[in-house]
Amino acid sequence: MTSASTTIGSVREDRPVGLWTDALRRMRRSPAAIIGGTIIGVFVLVAIFAPFLAPYDPTRGNLAESYLPPSPQHWFGTNIQGQDVFSRIIFGSRLTLGIAVLSVSIGVGVGVFFGALAGYFRGWVDAVIMRAVDIMLSIPGLLFAIAVVTWLGRGVVQIAIAIAVVNIPIFARLLRSSLLGLRDADYVVAARSVGVRGPALLLRHMLPNAIGPLIVQATLALATAVVDAAALGFLGLGPPDPRTPEWGTMLSDTYRYLNQAIWLAFFPGIAIVVSVLGFNLLGDGMREALDPKLRR
Amino acid sequence: MGKFIIRRLLLLIPILLGLTVIIFLFIRLLPGDPASAILGERATPESLQRVREALGLDRPLFEQYWEYVSGVVRGDLGTSFLTNRDVVDDFLQRFPATVELSVAAMVFALSIGIPLGMLTAKRRGTWIDQVGTAVSLIGISIPIFFLGLMLKWLFAIQFPILPDSGRIDLIEYSIPRVTNLMTVDALLAGEWGGFMDALRHLILPGIALGTIPLAVVMRITRASVIDVLNEDYVRTANAKGLHSAVVDRRHVLRNAMLPVVTVIGLQTGLLLGGAILTETIFGWGGVGKWIYDAVLSSDYQVIQSGVLLLAFIFVLVNLIVDVSYAFLNPRIRYS
Repeated sequence: MTSASTTIGSVREDRPVGLWTDALRRMRRSPAAIIGGTIIGVFVLVAIFAPFLAPYDPTRGNLAESYLPPSPQHWFGTNIQGQDVFSRIIFGSRLTLGIAVLSVSIGVGVGVFFGALAGYFRGWVDAVIMRAVDIMLSIPGLLFAIAVVTWLGRGVVQIAIAIAVVNIPIFARLLRSSLLGLRDADYVVAARSVGVRGPALLLRHMLPNAIGPLIVQATLALATAVVDAAALGFLGLGPPDPRTPEWGTMLSDTYRYLNQAIWLAFFPGIAIVVSVLGFNLLGDGMREALDPKLRR
Repeated sequence: MGKFIIRRLLLLIPILLGLTVIIFLFIRLLPGDPASAILGERATPESLQRVREALGLDRPLFEQYWEYVSGVVRGDLGTSFLTNRDVVDDFLQRFPATVELSVAAMVFALSIGIPLGMLTAKRRGTWIDQVGTAVSLIGISIPIFFLGLMLKWLFAIQFPILPDSGRIDLIEYSIPRVTNLMTVDALLAGEWGGFMDALRHLILPGIALGTIPLAVVMRITRASVIDVLNEDYVRTANAKGLHSAVVDRRHVLRNAMLPVVTVIGLQTGLLLGGAILTETIFGWGGVGKWIYDAVLSSDYQVIQSGVLLLAFIFVLVNLIVDVSYAFLNPRIRYS
């Protein structure tokens, strides 16, 4: 709980703080959250300011300059089309971030809707939704995403939907279990006893208190989404235009030339690892800050 | 116990049926016409119609589903659009290779993840713990395909001490296929050298596929050991003067392993998905490579059936894990 610091001779400072202020204060003390937050902050800035940061046009190649190793002109070297790898990684951050945010938003949105239905109505609604969740969870995630992309066709939105589909059952189950835990909480019983019913009870009293675990899970899901998007790209299911700078596709383009041009695989891979690490660190830090059970 | 197993088996039926519904509906209801996907953009209307009829796509949805499900129950998942070979036969022929790879990955994950988890838990808060935690976090964050490529580059290209692809040196050894598990077949054939060669081929893909499970196992072991170390029975064991190694083995590890068992089940799904990436990088002839090839050639029948079969297996493995959990943990008796 809040460490109420008592200094001798002074009055105890005991101003109550809300959950979010408290969580933010905790996160500022967690090295994981700080490092993760910094990485993600830089990642977002790079994505926003990509056109100002990239020294070259990521899609325009110069065949006279293909396969150049890293040099002062091309920090991360060039690929077979003579495109600048550094610029492609910078522009690729937009795509990766976009797909990750879109897919997790869809996953959270749809998952929360069904989770709230199941946790609020219970009975047969709950039974039907949870069985569907069980079934969806029984399909290995990446496999599910591959299947969805092959069925939907290739494209950025399709990739986001495929990854979202994997996330929906996770969020539905998470919210439902939080809601079930809250049903008998004193303030919910109190709200109900003064006549708060239906959507008001759910939206005003239960959801806000179930949102902590959702935010943590969403952050960790962003990490998985980055990996899954890159994995789809690596398997040749990335954006249909081959000039699109997508990190996973960049890796798959080149893995046959590993012995000649390791930089083509190395730098996009490091970009993926660093951003995934950032989301994972941030998620872990948030979990420690928000989970009352972990508080010391 | 018997009742518990039977109930869990019965619960499988709706899940498996549901799986067929989801997979069936996905293909039928999503935009896009399977017939034109098979034939390509330049197909004539007549040939499109012929393929639709051959696939039964012109009949009512319910009828199509009934036919599909009765096929599944008979073990008939159709034939590949591309090779015209029976999908189930192809799957069964390749599946042992994936099992072999997954077992290698799991052995790697458990044999390093458990001791590391134990060590970091016992040295909690020291630099060993911090290094271990950092390593496991990086382990979780490295995509399989990137790790696989880097391992391949380092140990098969830059320093060629391990084979870069395949399951065995096919020129050197000709092993009669019995189980399709290369190591087992080599032993059955009495080929010691072949066995060692098959093991060497397993190292890089096994590490690539096993690193994320390793990190997960290590985290869970660490958390679980920390819980158990605070238990009364551990204090009692220490107080009565048992050697600390005995306490660790008999009291701490045995009780701390229960959550790890559950994790093994959950990681199976990841292994099956990760097998697609690992097998593609290392030219490993398992179901992962098979599904990847099907994706490249838009062989819907293989993708659809491959997803269904792997999901079946995932569900089964989790059932086995649940049941063994009940055996292992006397405090939980399912009724």
